[in-house]
Amino acid sequence: MHAHNTHVETLAGKIEELTSQSVMQCYQCGKCSAGCPVRNYMEDSPNQVIRYVQLGFDDEALHSSTPWLCASCLTCSSRCPQNFDIAKFMDAVREVALEMEIDVKEKDVKKFHEAFLNQIKKNGKAFEFGMVREYKLKTLNLFQDVELFPEMLLKGKLSLLPHKKKDIKHIKKVFDEIK
Amino acid sequence: MKVGYYPGCSLSGTGKEYDLSIRKVLEKLDVELAELNDWSCCGATSAHATNHFLSIGLSSLNLFQAQKQNLEELFAPCAACYNRMVVAKDELGKGTETAKKISALNNGESTAKVNIINIIQLFEKAGLENISAKTKMNLKGIKAACYYGCLLVRPFSITKFDDAEQPVAMEKIISAVGAEPVDWNYKVECCGGAHSIAHKEIVVDLSKKIIDDAVKHGANVIIVACPMCHSNLDMRQRAMKDTAAIPVLYLSEFVGLALGIDSKELGMNLHFTSTEPILEKVLVKE
Repeated sequence: MHAHNTHVETLAGKIEELTSQSVMQCYQCGKCSAGCPVRNYMEDSPNQVIRYVQLGFDDEALHSSTPWLCASCLTCSSRCPQNFDIAKFMDAVREVALEMEIDVKEKDVKKFHEAFLNQIKKNGKAFEFGMVREYKLKTLNLFQDVELFPEMLLKGKLSLLPHKKKDIKHIKKVFDEIK
Repeated sequence: MKVGYYPGCSLSGTGKEYDLSIRKVLEKLDVELAELNDWSCCGATSAHATNHFLSIGLSSLNLFQAQKQNLEELFAPCAACYNRMVVAKDELGKGTETAKKISALNNGESTAKVNIINIIQLFEKAGLENISAKTKMNLKGIKAACYYGCLLVRPFSITKFDDAEQPVAMEKIISAVGAEPVDWNYKVECCGGAHSIAHKEIVVDLSKKIIDDAVKHGANVIIVACPMCHSNLDMRQRAMKDTAAIPVLYLSEFVGLALGIDSKELGMNLHFTSTEPILEKVLVKE
């Protein structure tokens, strides 16, 4: 825990660098949490996570499940009286947590994102079947939604082979940049 | 009228009927679609949720491609794709550090003049009077809950939608084809979006609240403009307890019905929740 937030080594500093906005913009009115559709599923409310970062409780923010449960609906960002983009703040907390290889609580959400992005990296396009297959193997939630599969196949909504982008060198370049 | 078309990944999978109905309807409205060559995924939620550079970088590839094809306008029917593209365009325009890095990766390409439009804007361009004049069916018995969700309207500073909390742009289209939009409370609430797989229970809860509110306010159909919202409200209905079954239609399917296009051609047989109750209310004009 660090009390000083001015330095880029602090979470507040890193977030400011990633989002071009200071966490000090937030004056803790709580409007974001009041309108958050997933607040009930979170341990910490969205403004509490901002408060952690304001006060230098970086570990608490980085280990909180809240950023991972955020549905990125942007309701908070559009209503904030201080024009603080809370959803963008949550994106940055997740990004820093991944960069620091924090053992995040919401492992399934993290695995979902990894499975989704792996398909884009490979094919240049999202591939639902491949993504779900990888997600199931990673999480061992093998039977979730299997009852929907036959119907999806029948309706032609689940392709077993990926639709590929022909030229994926630019996709590769973008992914290489974040290695 | 000719417009660039970015179908996005969902429209060849779970959102297949969105693509089918768009093509059929636009043909009737004399709008020609020029599909973006060799387009790629916008990065969706997973990119922006984990890496800012990745999210702007992936979406920008499509913006640059549109530029290469000299497209003035690019139509992105999926609300999530639309959202990621307008956000990427905004960031490139601001010339941020991320924008500079992306430009360096793409031979100095840095601008994206192309105008990204969603399905509501496309129908507005095609002209509500034109749509109204071409309406063949009588939809008087239909009470529609227009559901915007999140990504069409927010971030408001960039999308500049008609209103962040009480938009009425979709209602105007519904009225133009002679159906009745209902007044309800959940039009810009979240369905849970991309949590559908990792947190199905959250999606079922949030989507149930949306459906229950629409039904409570007398709706007999919910109209959407996003494949993610559609699968959460349509496919996930089966997992909801004590919720009345209600058809969930894409805006393009609904306009298609009004124009007299056969429901199967619009892909309405591909839904998980039966669309029969609404088809019974589509009557021939006297």
